[in-house]
Amino acid sequence: MVQHSPTHFNASFAALADATRRGVLDQLARGDASITDLADKFEMTLTGMKKHVGVLELAGLVTTEKVGRVRTCRIGPCRLEEEMEWIARYRQVWDARFDALDGVIDELKRQEKARGRKKRK
Amino acid sequence: MVARKESESQRTTVQKKSDREVVVTRTFDAPARIVFEAWSKPELFKKWWVPRSMGMTLRSCEMDVRTGGTYRLVFGDDPANTFAFFGKYLEVVSSKRIVWTNEESGDVASTTTVTFEERDGKTLVVLSELYSTKEALDAAGTGAQDALNETFVQLDEVLAQLSAR
Repeated sequence: MVQHSPTHFNASFAALADATRRGVLDQLARGDASITDLADKFEMTLTGMKKHVGVLELAGLVTTEKVGRVRTCRIGPCRLEEEMEWIARYRQVWDARFDALDGVIDELKRQEKARGRKKRK
Repeated sequence: MVARKESESQRTTVQKKSDREVVVTRTFDAPARIVFEAWSKPELFKKWWVPRSMGMTLRSCEMDVRTGGTYRLVFGDDPANTFAFFGKYLEVVSSKRIVWTNEESGDVASTTTVTFEERDGKTLVVLSELYSTKEALDAAGTGAQDALNETFVQLDEVLAQLSAR
């Protein structure tokens, strides 16, 4: 679900699944940087860094602007932390509920099985 | 690979579809009629809707699960200090779907639609909560926590009164 969904949330999570991309965000939070700066900083090729920035840009976490031959990257408009916190809390509630529901369903299945055995006798 | 996919679909997913809508999915290892039973019988529903980790006590649970029926869940440890969640069932189709309103915040703050899709003996539950406004949705993630905090604040007040005597 995380990697292939077109929704903004999942794009954000996929973007953050990679340590380099988290590092890039951290770096950009401190100040704008060119793709070349970032490639140097993270010791990778320009092509590799362009890909990472592309993923972050798709998720709205980073925006880029090309002036002359330099592409400058900056933190994007997506207020991620707030949204992630919200969704984590929401998920927590449902996760706990559904785990408890598993228990109730197992019990119902056991009862049904027991009734089935009785009928056959 | 197949096994991995299966275990992934088993997990709870939460997706925000828009400013006003959140969709939660989860697959259960049982036919739809059993999952539906656990959602529609109050004595079963109350066993899982408020898991211990939520830190809330469900005092009573009245549910008339049929189209046009109503429900009322009352929470709180102290009988003098309770809060209720209530609303109406807009649509109930056995083993298929339940649609209800959530009216505790005044008017209809949100409408919940839950569908049960059975495949190979398992049931995919898709629950959508559509809020009337973006603000109502923003507040929702913290609902249970707020209710809990409220209880603590009230407890603090009682303790303060007692110690002042």
